[in-house]
Parts: sequence; structure tokens; C-alpha cells
Amino acid sequence: MKSRAKFNKTGMILSMVVGMIIAACIGPAAAPAVVESDEPTAPAMQEEAQSTLSIVQERGELICVSNSMLPGFGFLDSEGNFSGFDTDYCHAIAAAVFGDANAMEIRPATAKERFTVLSSGEGDVLVRNTTWTMSRDTDLGLNFAPTTFYDGQGIMVRKDSGVMSLADLSGASICVATGTTTELNLADQMAAAGISYEPVVLETADEVFNTYDAGRCDAVTTDKSGLVSRQTILADPSAHVILDVTLSKEPLGPAVRHGDDQWFDLVSWVVFATILAEEHGITSTNIDSFMNSEDPNIRKLLGMEGDFCAKIGLSNAGCFADVISQVGNYAEIYNRNLGPDTIFNLPRGLNNLYTDGGILYAPPIR
Amino acid sequence: MTTAATSATRSLPPPSERYTILGWLRKNLFSSLFNTVLTVVAVAFIVFILQSLLRWAFTSAEWGVIPANFNLIMRGRYPAAEAWRLWLVLYLLGGAVGMIWSLTTRQIGTALLVVFVLPFALMLVPFFSWAIRLNLLLVEVIGIGGYALGRYLPIERRGRAIAYLLIGYLILMLVVLRGFGEDANTLPAVPTTLWGGLLLSLLLAFFGIALSFPLGVLLALGRQSQLPAIRIASVIYIEFIRGVPLISLLFMGQVMLQLFLPDGFPTIDRVLRALVAITLFSAAYTAENVRGGLQSVSRGQHEAAQALGLSGYQTTMLIILPQALRAVIPVLVGQFIGLFKDTSLVALVGLFDLLGIARTVLANPDWLGTQQEIYVMVAGLYWIFSYMMSYASRRIEEQLGVGKR
Repeated sequence: MKSRAKFNKTGMILSMVVGMIIAACIGPAAAPAVVESDEPTAPAMQEEAQSTLSIVQERGELICVSNSMLPGFGFLDSEGNFSGFDTDYCHAIAAAVFGDANAMEIRPATAKERFTVLSSGEGDVLVRNTTWTMSRDTDLGLNFAPTTFYDGQGIMVRKDSGVMSLADLSGASICVATGTTTELNLADQMAAAGISYEPVVLETADEVFNTYDAGRCDAVTTDKSGLVSRQTILADPSAHVILDVTLSKEPLGPAVRHGDDQWFDLVSWVVFATILAEEHGITSTNIDSFMNSEDPNIRKLLGMEGDFCAKIGLSNAGCFADVISQVGNYAEIYNRNLGPDTIFNLPRGLNNLYTDGGILYAPPIR
Repeated sequence: MTTAATSATRSLPPPSERYTILGWLRKNLFSSLFNTVLTVVAVAFIVFILQSLLRWAFTSAEWGVIPANFNLIMRGRYPAAEAWRLWLVLYLLGGAVGMIWSLTTRQIGTALLVVFVLPFALMLVPFFSWAIRLNLLLVEVIGIGGYALGRYLPIERRGRAIAYLLIGYLILMLVVLRGFGEDANTLPAVPTTLWGGLLLSLLLAFFGIALSFPLGVLLALGRQSQLPAIRIASVIYIEFIRGVPLISLLFMGQVMLQLFLPDGFPTIDRVLRALVAITLFSAAYTAENVRGGLQSVSRGQHEAAQALGLSGYQTTMLIILPQALRAVIPVLVGQFIGLFKDTSLVALVGLFDLLGIARTVLANPDWLGTQQEIYVMVAGLYWIFSYMMSYASRRIEEQLGVGKR
């Protein structure tokens, strides 16, 4: 009898505990939300159905849908800060909008949920190594800002296999990750070239490269940036070679929702500004020496002439100067994350300025 | 409660057999030709597996990845400047566990050993800094202090005392972890988006269990109810939730919820959304488990309760539920262990629980290719906590005498 009575008491008290937990749980979590909604919206912003820019400004920070699991593009460093090429472009947009590159939060998203997260309004911009394709640009209701990184699918083989071209891969087994465009591209390209091969389909990039390194397939395919970064951690990196063929075009860049041209312009011109800054040789370290430049192109870029930031809805005339001084120009962003000082040491190739043999070309500011 | 009279008449267990080591080996491993062959083959196989495993663990594995990312794995992006709050939560936990222990058992059992020896064992981990070791020692001391203090609490009202302790601890923990407003000088707010690693996994599991259990009991009672509306609602809820996988509920919460809410509705905390999905999911399974227990209580118990003049509420709370729940403890604990491991699914919706954090560490260019080391460690952590849960459940079963009376 005694133990029953005890059980009953604990049972009743347990339900009380639970009630308190629910209250405690909802209380602190809901508190900031209430504060946010209490904030009065500026009357000027009320008439237009809340532009993305005004939502971002009201919130006080940018929410950037990005990657947390791609080496070089977006990952958490050991201190718990996001870092990477895509992350830097999130910083750049925040720097332009707020004059503070850190006024942003990364909303990590997987490849599967990224578009829904953007279209449901949970994020303001998608910067997550997303390939610009026609169906995404149209059906999915996205607008793609200028490409920040031109990638392409490549193939890596062992040096001693003597494979030099796609045709040499006839009958070979090729490791590839499942469910990606990579798998489809491979099938398309090989069918077009009339080459038969045996695909070894695996779940994740880690598995793909482990399997290849273990010798279970003759070749491995993924985006070239991925091949380069993974080659460095194979058991013997020098025993492998990346073939000089490109199976697909993968232009990666930021994307925003349809229906807000001002926000689209803003994101686009932040990207252009980083490219223009490299063209003019302006970096985060030497930007001060350009502040009394006579060159009208530089004066317009840095906000000393004209009201170009106002054209994308920003009151801060030095919006691009903030991007350059806080995040850097394109070359700085590239080198910091993928360049010679990193383990990737990825050649710029197509991602050079048009004057250096690449295809980065930004329209002028005037 | 067994009385002295019944224990005296209970028959004695058979005398235990004693062997020398050789004798034991002979009896158990080499008793016949077939057994000898089997032993040799099995030993050879184990040696073969262990050998390559140990060779990997001691020569080629790069264990440096774990100390380098230890903070990240433990607390995710929780700011380093606020990390003292996590220690505070652990101190409080040590004190609460100590007090509850001295309330539930007046003798220091082996279970106590597990809880209190564990931090001592952790202190031997080579890469822990002295600050971590000192903090762990403090948790110990506070725990022992709590145990001593618990002896002054009234044991005859221990149910209530334990409940108050738990309520107090939960509220205090949430306040300490979450903090107050953005601009508060003491305890500034730490948004849940920064919670991660083992911290997030344990919190999700902890609150998931604490919230889904009462909800599940209510649903189980609802399904047994005489009132058609309640019964049908419970059945629909249980069957609907059990019909969809957890991951789909998580995706609904994370990416679709925002579409259903009116424009301008403040965004709901993402961790809270995941917690709600886990709770709703787990409650449906708990309900079915508890229903099994309810049906095992014989009809006579109802009738006896009615004969005593107990009301329906009293019958349920005093007679039926205690017996029903006691019968399903193993099943419930099994389900809660499953829930703890299911929290790893939130990694797929972009939250950084233990598994999510592990995957981001793998993406760090400094640590590319260390997936074996990381996953072994994650598996080890999951095992430790799952085993602790199943151990605790065995202790509770022993105390309540499940399967014995």
C-alpha cells in the first residue's frame, strides 16, 4: 500500500512539473518574439507589402540560408564561428545593409530543404553553393544574383591507371554520390559519348572518397572544387590526377525570392562590388589610400560620388566601401577560403577577372 | 512490502558452484571436441577483429580532432564567455542528484558509484584542462554535499520533496541557459540557435521525455475512455502520428510551419519546433505502451476500487495507473532510449545536435578525413547515455520489484 500511495503522489506531482516545464519552455523562448512584434514599423514601410530589405532592417540582422557542412564554402570552425566562401558573401551583404559584417545569422540548411526555407521567408537570401539552373530560376521562383564561383564536374583517377580522357574510362567503375546532379550529369555525359561504365553509387561525399581510396572504383567524380579538396586527404595525394575534362557547368551564386527587385538588385550589386574592387586593386587593407582617389570609377564605388547606395535602398553612401573594408574584394574572399594558403590551393581558372583569362566581369557603376 | 514472516519461509537459493579458473575453462569452453573447436575459432575471430581495430585506434587514427573541437562537440556555438553557465547547470545537477539519491535510498549503492565515479574517471581524460578537472571535482563535492543535505529532508514526504527539487532544477536550468533579455547585464540572453552539441541532444531528449510522458498517459487514458468524443480524438491522434515518420514531422515543423502562419507572425524558435515535433511523436508511442499496461490490470481491481467507494479519478490515479505504469517500465525506458537517439534526426533539419556538430567538424578543412574518429566518439557518447538510462531503469525495476511480485 505504501509504495502505491507514493507512486500516486509522484504521479500527481509529475503532472504539475510538466505544466511548469511547458510554461518555462514557452516563456523565455517566446519572450524575444513578443519584443520584436512590439516594435513599431516605420509608417513609410507600411504601404508596400513589407519589402525584404525593410524586414531585414527591422529585424536588425540578415538571415542567410547557407551551408554548414561543405569544406571551404561553409563550416563551423573549432571556435564555433561559421567560416567559408559562401559565409563571406553573407557577411558582405550584411556589411552593405548594416555597415556591420557580423549583423547576420546563418540559417544552416541541407540541400533538400534550402529552397523551402528561402521561399517560406525564414531566410532572406540563399548563399549555399547553389547551381544556377533554368528550372530553379523559373519553377522554383528564384532570382540568381551574379555567379560567385564557376565550378564544373570533374573526374579523378589514379595516375598509374593511364587514363587520360573519358574514352579511356570504358568499362571502368566510377564512384559517385547518390541523388545529386553529379550522378545524372555523369550518366548523361557518358551516354552522349557512348561509353559504358559501372556506377558505384554511395550516400555521402565521405563514403565516396573512402571507397575510391580503398580501390573499389577506378575513378571518382564530383565538382572540381570538391575533387581538389578531397585529393589532399587521400592516402597518397600525388598518386591521383584530375582529368582535364569538365562534365557539366556549375555556376554557383546567391539566390533570392521572386518578386522583390530591390532586394535582388542589392544582393547582385554587393557581388559586383567585390569584383569591381578587385579590378581596381582595392583591398580591405589598402582601402584607406583610395579614399581621396581622383578616379571617378573608384569614387563612385566607394560612395564619394553619386548616390549609388540609395539606388539599392540603402541610406549609407559608403555601403560598398563597408563591404570591401570589412570582408574584402573577390580575390581576398577567394584566397582566404580556397586559395594557395589553404589546403585546397584551388587554381582560379574561370574565376579570374576577365582581364586575367577568367570570366568574372562586373558592369560599371555609373 | 515483504514482511519478516514471508521471507523466512521463502526457500533458499541453490548453493553456488565453485571452480578453479582451469576448471571453469574446462567446463565452459573445452567440455567436448565440438566446444573446443568452437572456442578456438571464436577466439581467433575476435583476435583478428580486435587486432585491426586496435591497430587503427593506436596508430593510424587522428584523435587530435576531438580535443581540438571538444568545446564545439560539448556545447555547440554556445558562447565561450557564457560557458560558466553550463558549469552552473552541472553543479545544480550534482546537488539535485545527490539530494534525490539520499531521499530514495539511505544506503550508498552501486548506482551511486556510477554517478559519482564517472566524473572522477572523466578527470583522467588526458586532454582535459585543469579548469575542466577542477569544475568536475566541484560537481562531485556539491553532489556529496547534496547527499548529506538530503538526509535532513523528511523521508516520509520524499515524493513531494523530489518533485519540488525537479521543478526547481528545471526552471533554474532553463533560466540559466536561456538568460533574460538581450540587454540584460547579468545573464544576457543566449538564443537557442547557438545551443548545440551534446548540450542540445541532452536537452531535447530530456524535455522530450518529460513532456511526452504525461501527454502519452493522457492519450492512453483517453483511448480507454467511455466518452466517444475523447476516445475517437485520441485514436485519431495516435494512429495519425504513428502513421508518419518522425523526420516528416520535423520537416513540417522546420520548413512548412512558417507557410501556415499569418504574415508578420513572429518566427517560432527552431529548437522549440523540433522539441514539439519530438514530443508529439513520442507521446503517441508512449500512449500505446501505457495502454498495454492499462489492459494488463485486471477487471477486479476496478471493481474492488468501486466497492471501496473511490471515485473514477481516484480509481485511475490510485489503483489503475500505478499498476499499469509499473508493468510497462521496461518498454517505456526502451522507448525513451529510442527517443534520445532519434534526436539525432534534427541534424537533418539544420540544427547542430551531437551528430550535426560532428558533421560540421568533418567539413572543417583542418580535419577533413577524420570521420571514423568522430563517429566512433559520437557512438561512444550515445552509448554512455543510453546505457545510463537502461541502468537507471533496472534499478527502478528492482526497487519496485517488477516481475517479482
